[in-house]
Amino acid sequence: MATEESASVMDDYEMLISTTDVELLKRAWRNEKAAPEILQFESSLVQRIKEQIELAEQNEEIFEANNIEPLTVSLYQMDLDRTQFLLRSYLRVRLQKIEKYLFYVLKTDEYLNRLSKQEQMFARRCTDDLGSHLDETVLAKLPDNYRSILKQSITSEEDDMVPAPRLDTFVICKANQYLSGLDFEPDYSMEITEMERDLLTFVCYKFVKKPLENGKIDLV
Amino acid sequence: MAGQSDSTMSLFSSEEIEFMAEDEMTEIVPNLRMDSLNFICGDYGPFLPQLAAQVPLWLALALKKRGKCTIRLPQWMSVENLTRVLEAERDSHAFQPLPFHYIEISRLLFDHAREDIPDMYMVRSLIEDIRDVRFHKVETNLEKVYCIYGDGTFHPEYRQWAMLLAKTPLSTCWTYQMFGKTMSAMEVNVIRAFAGRALQAFYKHDNEQQTPDTDRALDKQPQIPTDRPKRNLKPR
Repeated sequence: MATEESASVMDDYEMLISTTDVELLKRAWRNEKAAPEILQFESSLVQRIKEQIELAEQNEEIFEANNIEPLTVSLYQMDLDRTQFLLRSYLRVRLQKIEKYLFYVLKTDEYLNRLSKQEQMFARRCTDDLGSHLDETVLAKLPDNYRSILKQSITSEEDDMVPAPRLDTFVICKANQYLSGLDFEPDYSMEITEMERDLLTFVCYKFVKKPLENGKIDLV
Repeated sequence: MAGQSDSTMSLFSSEEIEFMAEDEMTEIVPNLRMDSLNFICGDYGPFLPQLAAQVPLWLALALKKRGKCTIRLPQWMSVENLTRVLEAERDSHAFQPLPFHYIEISRLLFDHAREDIPDMYMVRSLIEDIRDVRFHKVETNLEKVYCIYGDGTFHPEYRQWAMLLAKTPLSTCWTYQMFGKTMSAMEVNVIRAFAGRALQAFYKHDNEQQTPDTDRALDKQPQIPTDRPKRNLKPR
């Protein structure tokens, strides 16, 4: 007779082997949408999804050549559309975040390393364009002390005109396993000590950053 | 203030939530013969007439629209179950167990599979009632958050949805398990922006009172040194 615990281990195992890349991408997309900062780019997952999309597109041509029933073809098309939507939306959310925190991302190595090669290129081009645009339209016409893009004036000690992601944003999350104090950042051991599995919790993003990066919780 | 964060970017639109709901598994009874479908999102079928099969809701609806199947009403959408849920929902503060996407699933079925739902009007009005009762609860819960933080008093009856609030000082309770396991996607989404920003503001003020300086460093917020007059520039 199986105990409840071993049943739940089985569930986890079954879930693990039956989890498709689409499911993983959906999770990455949800987390990316809900998190205030940019997360690590899922390069191998995106690569796999792209290959599967290409394969599906090739199949479609084969279907047409072989006179497969239009109904079947249209169902495959819907599946393809859904996957493409998910991928596009995932990439787009990331671009939006990069644009929003452009200067901050570029000057913070930790963030810069989370971007894909293409995203890094995008960020650099964007900065150049935005920089020269601001120079031409406004900054060049200001007194010398106020010409920096990053600072309010030359007397500012830090870059105080660079918007940073707000890590104290509250997010809604769900742990996919029981989390003890060890799963959280020691800095926040006063604020958060444990999290029950599957319980929807409203929580400050920085408290759950670590378990999120370890894949132990999902943002909802 | 809390106004700096852009709440719209992290929000899911109702179309996006519907998109997620369409991946929920549904039972259909096909009336055609069709080979297995090897989709990117998984393999389904083969389909044989009159033989029930499990497929994602979007596939069920696509087949339904073309008249190729009937959709079996999920167990939780039966009149008996919904009546029971509605009663329990009215009697207790807790949220009754319903699928995470119950609003979207039922809406999609009402729109596209009405002839597969016996007692359609009954089911529909039950779900609308349940939804209203639950949204009302969400609203009162939010009012309670305000009450607690407004005057600092704590009432035992609030314990079940915010179990950690019993502790003082306030800084020890920055997780809110106010939804249990049974709050649905739409309900979560409705309160996300408002409640999230309210909590963020409370958190910020609370921390400023206790440890003004260390917290600023943690916040990574650009701060103007305090010995100079503070200019409030509008954040970009």
